[in-house]
Amino acid sequence: MSELKPGDGEIYPPEAEVGAGAAARAYWRENLTLMGILLAIWFVVSFGAGILFRDWLDQFSIGGAPLGFWFAQQGAIYVFVVLIFVYSALMGRLERKYNMSDDDAA
Amino acid sequence: MDSTLIWTAVFVISTFGLYIGIAIWARAASTDEFYVAGHDVHPVFNGMATAADWMSAASFLSMAGLIAFAGYDGSVFLMGWTGGYVLLALLLAPYLRKFGKFTVPDFVGDRYYSQAARIVAVICALFVSFTYIAGQMRGVGIAFSNFLHVPIEVGVIVGAIIVLFYAVLGGMRGITYTQVAQYCVLIFAFMVPAIFLSLQITGTPIPQLGFIGNAQDGTPLLQGLDTTLVDLGFQPYTDGSKSTLDVFAITLALMVGTAGLPHVIIRFFTVPKASDARRSAGWALIFIAILYTTAPAVAVFARSNFIETVNESTYAADLAPEERPADATPDWFYNWEETGLLGFTDLNGDGRIQYRADPAENEVTTLDRDIFVLANPEIGNLPAWVIGLVVAGGLAAALSTAAGLLMVISSAVSHDLCKKVLLPDMSETQELLVARTAAMVAVLIAIIAGIYPPGFVAAVVAFAFGLAAASFFPAIFLGIFWKRMSKEGAVSGMSIGLLTTGAYIIHFKIGFSPIVTGVVALVLALAGLVLFIGTRTGGRGSMPVLAGSGLLGLVGLLGVTGILPGLAPGRADDWFLGISPEGFGAVGMLLAFAVSISVSLATKAPPQDVQDMVEEIRIPSARTG
Repeated sequence: MSELKPGDGEIYPPEAEVGAGAAARAYWRENLTLMGILLAIWFVVSFGAGILFRDWLDQFSIGGAPLGFWFAQQGAIYVFVVLIFVYSALMGRLERKYNMSDDDAA
Repeated sequence: MDSTLIWTAVFVISTFGLYIGIAIWARAASTDEFYVAGHDVHPVFNGMATAADWMSAASFLSMAGLIAFAGYDGSVFLMGWTGGYVLLALLLAPYLRKFGKFTVPDFVGDRYYSQAARIVAVICALFVSFTYIAGQMRGVGIAFSNFLHVPIEVGVIVGAIIVLFYAVLGGMRGITYTQVAQYCVLIFAFMVPAIFLSLQITGTPIPQLGFIGNAQDGTPLLQGLDTTLVDLGFQPYTDGSKSTLDVFAITLALMVGTAGLPHVIIRFFTVPKASDARRSAGWALIFIAILYTTAPAVAVFARSNFIETVNESTYAADLAPEERPADATPDWFYNWEETGLLGFTDLNGDGRIQYRADPAENEVTTLDRDIFVLANPEIGNLPAWVIGLVVAGGLAAALSTAAGLLMVISSAVSHDLCKKVLLPDMSETQELLVARTAAMVAVLIAIIAGIYPPGFVAAVVAFAFGLAAASFFPAIFLGIFWKRMSKEGAVSGMSIGLLTTGAYIIHFKIGFSPIVTGVVALVLALAGLVLFIGTRTGGRGSMPVLAGSGLLGLVGLLGVTGILPGLAPGRADDWFLGISPEGFGAVGMLLAFAVSISVSLATKAPPQDVQDMVEEIRIPSARTG
């Protein structure tokens, strides 16, 4: 994700907005980090556990189902749901921290 | 009239009445209400509406049966059609909501400061939505003809009129609240038989637990099914037959395609705020997951139960029900034989049904996959009203998806094409009129496609998801996360993604016969013409576009009249790296990404105001543009 570098024609913001610009960049960086972590989990439970490492995981079982198979047909979906709510909650916190929340309550 | 028929009629008529009632209550008066339900839908309601929008007749009726036959291979649909919501919630929905406009082409057009990009997006949206809607209308017709004993044509027309009524009257507002009702109908209709089936087969009322639980004889259900299937010559249920790469590619294409489908994306324009869009995607996935984690359980129950009760049973259709012996084929088998969804041929003449993998010995000669959802109430010995409920649920699933698609088609024509490109001086009243007319025309086309299903209906999944994955997803994603992405990058990426994926799917699913080549060329010619008219500035347009369009039109005419030589459909051996057409969207997407990025780097950076807009949509609290 290449940000625009100084000298690429970007007009420097006036003094008052420099602080806000830095906050926006910090906010965006934290958002991208969080996103990266959650998408890594997303990848591991579906493409990892359900597809690439399924055969290895199948030696374990959950109840009467082989674990890899279970991840592909059940487990991945449960994790997906959790991921979205975790992202939503953590982003809410992040936005309050940087005073960027769109929630009226904040 | 038997009681099943009466109950079915009661449920179908009362739910249809409910949908119409909601439509009258929620009718739209402004374009804001018509396109995005006034941006005031509660995130939980939007979640339900999205779930209904998303789950089509295929999810409701066919998916469990599909998995029952495919076993592990069926996982691609389960992961693919749910995992996309993670991408949507994290990467697209909040930013698109923040952008604050009406449609997906709106975003593409504004972000890429180009009418050409907008028009290419409109063409992609129309293409994806029309493919998908044809399958839905067909589903409505089949549900009607099987249960209410009316011809498929009548079913298609009745269904279309209902959808038309609330889509035209209520726009997005009407559709949203009818979809909420439809979700309730369809999830109830799916869960009731599933719970009873789970109780009957595994002793637990929760299908998800039954899935990993034991059969009544104490052995793990899945293990028992694997053993039984191997004995009958099938491959084990928990094993797949597809290559790992193919499973990977299909799952990826379905996930990315889900995130890029315009009728799903526009649902997130209806909530009040960007943070609501994230939350709403979570709710949508919960509502979807209820069905999607139950379906694989139903698949196992149904396949196990089918083998246990039907295989080696004594066929006794000629005897009265009370005279049938203890080991007779169950009653529901004879009922479904009449519909043609099940068929028995006594090959070895022993009066018993042998269900085998080997076609030379298999006596269950017809076994429609939809049977495993449709026959569940009877298999579970549930009362007649449950069957009526399942039919109403299937119709709810088909109608809600059709309505969502209709909305995309109508807004693409009225808002993106007419208002933003061809007739910018239109008033709001005129725009609403065009939107409603476009919806009506789209329904007419859908009716025709439902009555005379074109060959591509069978390839709907491959088309809709592959095209969405290869055209919209890269353009929207890069538009948000890479400020440097230029209009040239977007237009070339979307076009290459659409054309390569489309060509691959047509070649391997349908084949470029003269008529197919002709129709494709004509469609592209029409698209080129719209592009020419739409990008004209000061009365002058791009001559190469006009010339190309004319040439395609000529090829189209030659094709349709049969003068052009045809090309036979491709064989599975020739698949690129062994990737099936369903999975090719993943390849198309990578290609689109590569093309978009390299073309963007080779062209001028976007103007400052566009880069500022990208900065702004990244911050939820910033002033909405």
